[in-house]
Amino acid sequence: MTPAIALTDVVVAYRRLPAVHHVSGTFEPGTLTAIAGPNGAGKSSLMKAIMGLLPMSSGRIDTAHVSPRHFAYLPQAPEIDRSFPVSVLQTVMFGAWQRTGAFRAVSKVDRECARACIANVGLDGYEHAPISALSTGQWHRALFARLILQDARVILLDEPFASLDERTTDELMALVHGWHRDGRSVIAVLHDLAFIRKHFPQTLLLARERVAWGATAEALSDANLATAKAMTDRWARDGERAPPRHHDHTGHAHA
Amino acid sequence: MSELYSLLVTPFVEFSFMRRALVACLALSLGAGPIGVFLVLRRMSLMGDAVSHAVLPGVAIGFLLSGLSVWAMSLGGVIAGLIVALLAGMTSRATGMKEDASLAGFYLASLALGVLIVSAAGSSVDLLHILFGSILAVDDEGLLLVVGVATLSMLLLATIFRSLVLECFDPVFARAVGAGGGWAYGIFMGLVVLNLVAAFQALGTLMAVGLMMLPALAARFWSEDIGTIIGTATVFAVVSSISGLLVSFHVEIASGPAIVLCAAVIYIASILLGTRSGLVARLLRRPHYHDPGEVRR
Repeated sequence: MTPAIALTDVVVAYRRLPAVHHVSGTFEPGTLTAIAGPNGAGKSSLMKAIMGLLPMSSGRIDTAHVSPRHFAYLPQAPEIDRSFPVSVLQTVMFGAWQRTGAFRAVSKVDRECARACIANVGLDGYEHAPISALSTGQWHRALFARLILQDARVILLDEPFASLDERTTDELMALVHGWHRDGRSVIAVLHDLAFIRKHFPQTLLLARERVAWGATAEALSDANLATAKAMTDRWARDGERAPPRHHDHTGHAHA
Repeated sequence: MSELYSLLVTPFVEFSFMRRALVACLALSLGAGPIGVFLVLRRMSLMGDAVSHAVLPGVAIGFLLSGLSVWAMSLGGVIAGLIVALLAGMTSRATGMKEDASLAGFYLASLALGVLIVSAAGSSVDLLHILFGSILAVDDEGLLLVVGVATLSMLLLATIFRSLVLECFDPVFARAVGAGGGWAYGIFMGLVVLNLVAAFQALGTLMAVGLMMLPALAARFWSEDIGTIIGTATVFAVVSSISGLLVSFHVEIASGPAIVLCAAVIYIASILLGTRSGLVARLLRRPHYHDPGEVRR
């Protein structure tokens, strides 16, 4: 069962400067949602907050009693040392963590699943290649194979197609559509508006605050985009220097 | 044949101090070799040196409380080392500072504290000299300590292996799937301190850090597989131990530096000849393919 992810008044702040500011709303089960917005709009921060990787200053994220550790998450440009001495298969196998844990044996089924996932992203034959031998595109395919093996009902992707060529992007996006058809929830941070309009039915437009959330065509209207830009500019211009005004909120400054 | 025997085996058969040294070195190789590999992969190659300074206040307090007792000083050293490693780890987790930076900060503070305690006590005994023993004078207690720690290290490393690899390889993923919390890494840091203190005690600092890091650094030149690297590092450590002891016996030079220099020779040979990124392999690279059909995976 795919859980809904309900945000209630979520605030994430760095050094009192809010990256995500009083955002509320719900990612309904089985939706394919893009999170769009200018740089510094809090897209990645919101994603990390959902995963429980970043503490919230205030607010609540309700995931219908499903722990975020059962979500699959692909961070933006993962900070992985690509010279680390593991193979593609070993990397992908970590996707079975919820079944193997730290101590349980890796079952033959899991190993076969991992091979199937590797074939699924077009890397068959590379199972035993060290990850240092992969190109950027192949490396992203391997990370997607790990996502597939995680078999999560909720999948969060942070700029998954940055620096990938068209063919790799298309093939990986086809996988995303497949997850959507399975009834999984997919949330992706993206900056390419044309790409979002083409592939994502739902969009959350973020500029620290929630600008719009709903069907993509309406959420990405010219008026909304102009609002998002203006809000980001205001924070960029005044936010860093603004004397903090205290409300009943603690832990972050308001503009 | 008999000449070879007298060259390689007789020293260990005839002299018990050589046998003890051999057992101590082999035990250290088995425990510290794999630990060194993880330190290299974690980009903490200089941690051994930092820990060797960080343990001083603990050793000094152990000495003040119970005099020249191996166990008291080792226990003090382990506690001081663990506190520094723990504080450094927690600081970098809480603040996002790089771990080597936190470690440098805390080990310098610890070293200063140690020097202060030693000088305030006005002891005429050179604690560092006592702490950093000599390989050819390993006593029963020292041997027991080193072998016990090696046994514990191998068992614990095998237990936490998967978590530790994931924690070093992809810490964000580890946290996301709930494998984080860093307990595996905490146990690992404990093992680093334990191994170093046990080895300082019996063999000396240089030996301890040298036999931990040099084989691991050398092994990195030979493989792209973490299991193979750990195996290779252990073999390198064992070979360095045996050859170093033999050289020191026959040429009559200090054994500790001889063992470390043997490990250094293997390291330099690996830089030159290593199959993964050795210099000769780079020079002799075979011509590149001109047609996709030539490539066989």
